Amino acid sequence: MQISLFITCFNDTLFPETGKAMVQLLERLGHQVDFPLEQTCCGQMHYNTGYQEETIPLVRRFVEVFGEAEAVVAPSASCVGMVREFYSKVAERAGDPELANAVEEVIPRVFELSEFLVKELGIEDVGAYYPHRVTYHPTCHSLRVLHVGDAPLILLRNVRGIDLVELPAAEQCCGFGGTFAVKNADTSMAMLGDKIRHIKGTGAEVCAAADNSCLMHIGGALKRQRSGVEPVHLAEILASTEETE
Amino acid sequence: MSSAKDNILGSIRAALREVPAEEQPEDIEVPRDYRKQGEGGVIDIVERFAERVGEYKATVNRIHEEELKDTIAESCRGEGVEALAVPDGFPGEWLPDDLTLLQDKKDAPLSHRELDRSDGVITTCALGIAQTGTLVLDAGAGQGRRVLTLLPDYHLCIIWESQIVELVSEGFRYFEASVEQEGPPLTFISGPSATSDIELSRVEGVHGPRRLEVLIVSR
Amino acid sequence: MPEHNTGADWINVDFISVTMKNKKKTPTFEETAKAYLSNTQLRRNIGHATHTIREKRETVVGEMPDWEILREAGSQLKKRVMRHLDDYLLQLEASVQEAGGKVHWAGDAEEANRIIADLVKEQQAEEVVKVKSITTDEIGLNQALAGEGIRALETDLAELIVQLAEDEPSHILVPAIHKNRSEIRELFRKKLNQQELSDRPEDLAEAARLYLRKKFLNAKVGISGANFAVADTGTVAVVESEGNGRMCTTLPETLITVMGIEKIIPRWRDFEVFMQLLPRSSTAERMNPYNSFWTGVTEGDGPREFHLVLLDNGRTNVLADEVGRQTLNCIRCSACLNVCPVYERTGGHAYNSVYPGPIGAILTPQLRGLDDEGAASLPYASTLCGACYEVCPVKINIPEVLVHLRGKIVDRKKREGGLKTKTDPEHVGMRWMGRAFTKRSRYERAQKIARLGQKIFVRDGTISNLPGELSGWTAMRDLKPIPKQTFREWWGDRDE
Repeated sequence: MQISLFITCFNDTLFPETGKAMVQLLERLGHQVDFPLEQTCCGQMHYNTGYQEETIPLVRRFVEVFGEAEAVVAPSASCVGMVREFYSKVAERAGDPELANAVEEVIPRVFELSEFLVKELGIEDVGAYYPHRVTYHPTCHSLRVLHVGDAPLILLRNVRGIDLVELPAAEQCCGFGGTFAVKNADTSMAMLGDKIRHIKGTGAEVCAAADNSCLMHIGGALKRQRSGVEPVHLAEILASTEETE
Repeated sequence: MSSAKDNILGSIRAALREVPAEEQPEDIEVPRDYRKQGEGGVIDIVERFAERVGEYKATVNRIHEEELKDTIAESCRGEGVEALAVPDGFPGEWLPDDLTLLQDKKDAPLSHRELDRSDGVITTCALGIAQTGTLVLDAGAGQGRRVLTLLPDYHLCIIWESQIVELVSEGFRYFEASVEQEGPPLTFISGPSATSDIELSRVEGVHGPRRLEVLIVSR
Repeated sequence: MPEHNTGADWINVDFISVTMKNKKKTPTFEETAKAYLSNTQLRRNIGHATHTIREKRETVVGEMPDWEILREAGSQLKKRVMRHLDDYLLQLEASVQEAGGKVHWAGDAEEANRIIADLVKEQQAEEVVKVKSITTDEIGLNQALAGEGIRALETDLAELIVQLAEDEPSHILVPAIHKNRSEIRELFRKKLNQQELSDRPEDLAEAARLYLRKKFLNAKVGISGANFAVADTGTVAVVESEGNGRMCTTLPETLITVMGIEKIIPRWRDFEVFMQLLPRSSTAERMNPYNSFWTGVTEGDGPREFHLVLLDNGRTNVLADEVGRQTLNCIRCSACLNVCPVYERTGGHAYNSVYPGPIGAILTPQLRGLDDEGAASLPYASTLCGACYEVCPVKINIPEVLVHLRGKIVDRKKREGGLKTKTDPEHVGMRWMGRAFTKRSRYERAQKIARLGQKIFVRDGTISNLPGELSGWTAMRDLKPIPKQTFREWWGDRDE
């Protein structure tokens, strides 16, 4: 299959390793990967903060870039959530029926990585090897917007060498919430504090998730506390093999 | 006509400008394919009703019609009841002989003080709902005014097995015609009065009857 | 002011004047939350309570195979009501009148309080007993009645606790959720003159029972809210646990019920939907102990006079917003509070409103208007985690409304413009990035600028200290610096 990477501005700029892992993984599974260089940002940060007018050109851009793609796959549940939940509302706000149509057209072809692998391609074992103790934090948007269910866990359970440990109160938000983490920094920290306590309690070396935004937030505290726990995106674990480890 | 009324209705109509004038309320579809008719057999339903009433920490007894009088007398003795409030229309032949009976009559109703001083009340009921362990009183004969089952600290309620339906939906539908026609006051009772206001730990009995006993009677 | 200053008749005059004066100036969520976050006892009380009820709810909802259909039915029924609210209100008015009740219309809090005070005075009552009603808290009824020399006595255990403590409710269902048993014992010892009191909830409830029983028996007027009112039959419902609701709606000769205009349901039959959704979502029981349904007045049974006060107080503004309208579906179950990770940590008082939690974060700003700075901070008091929407029994898409309101707030800021907006770092940043994202070349240049610009903050390969607005981030978290190569640069190299 020809897969277009929707890498997201956040991963492009801050977490290139995740993007590289996506490429390795998808190519290893026998797919052709392409990366349209015209892509920038899905507009989630603007939209969720209230700068919704500013989102209109970004939605236009997205459908122009990915309109013809066979499948669009992203390593970010929240950016895919933005496309699926709010793009039609942006089109409505723009008062542009053509854009609305284009959005409706493209939405069914946009996927988050784990749902794409498990639900779309029907793959549960990607042949990865990752000999580490890992706990998985299901991000809110993967759970409650995309409803990926246990797709990420199915994939992780089939990774060889992995010691997957359950995260207590896993479904609780980590407290990131985009600008929330800055605007309501105190509340965000209170939430993060509990998440970190649970992660550390598992004794895992690695905390995995489907969103680097939440992982940056969680990882920022893990690092500050010198906890020795590393935040790692799901894609990077799935891309690992005996050769790379 | 009050101006507040005109203003409110005016604001509502202005707020709903986008609703097409020809739209009828029924045009908004409401799915009704939730459970409306129970599937359990009579034995199951009565069993479940007994179990669920019991889970609210009410006392539940299953008896035969012939045991009614003796059981009532026994329950009242066990609860230390000396003065028992009795609603209009409650079958006299079931009542114990050795108690002070406070009869509530239409032309001579018991005062709130009298009820407050009584030790308990005995009533029948209009319906039972197994799914939730709920008794429904509709102020009919043998059930009395609402206040009767409110002020005494002990409520002994009698229900025939045949009065128990399975589901909440069946319960509400049972009263549909009477509410639409006469509109009697209805009280749904699920266990004794309770509160969880302190640290969410449930305490049975705040303002209503603190002890609820239910006699489920077969014929 | 009443002469005998014991127990519940304390009136917090300071509080009233402060709220009146600062009507447009409630503090923001972030300002208030700070203090509550560092209150250990409160964190513990609320954490314990919300987790307890959260688990119970999951169990009782889990035993309903048709839960999702019921949710959809509840949501659609409310939609039906909202889209035809004028007709339903007129229908309700007619059916209540036909059943012997009187109907009053109140555009705002002041009008409602006026109507109620006059009705109480007509009965020459100096004291009224009240069932827990957030609507009456919303309009400040108790304070208004106090101003007329009428004592309004709260009879729900939690509301009594809040009233005796001269405190504010912090939860829709359990208003005293922020207090634990020993705090309540201290309060009752002082205010109810109960020196020999243990801290067992049973004993505390008993103390309240004894105190209030006398009040119930003497009350001439009862005041209640309404959970539902049936347009078709005029039947009003109060759903409760303690029996104080039955006391207030049965014993007094006069009953006054205040309800928001959105509380209507079309027909009696619709209870089969709402009375399954509400108890399981609210107290997490199959059915709560007592539900009272009354239709007007019944001769020889209960009050001789029944008054229904229909309250707008901003609700028609909510109705006018097509996205925000669904907020009016709310049946006040409080399930969204119990699952909210923000509420769990800050408690209800941080919201500065009688409607706390996720539902409050969308209802309060719509009722009060976005020019109230405090109210306008509420839509941001959420991570958009979506837990609230998942449990809402009438499917209010709270995250959607939160984001919608944020949009309105920013649009308003842009319209008003001014120096404050132009120099607001968030505003400047959003505009700048918005522009950068519209063109590939600009975007790639911005990536490079950011990578260069961060240099002054990077120490030992990490960012631990950021200035200004962003200091909130680095107060507890390190920030990963932008790596040397972006993904697209790597991709470019790879292709070559």
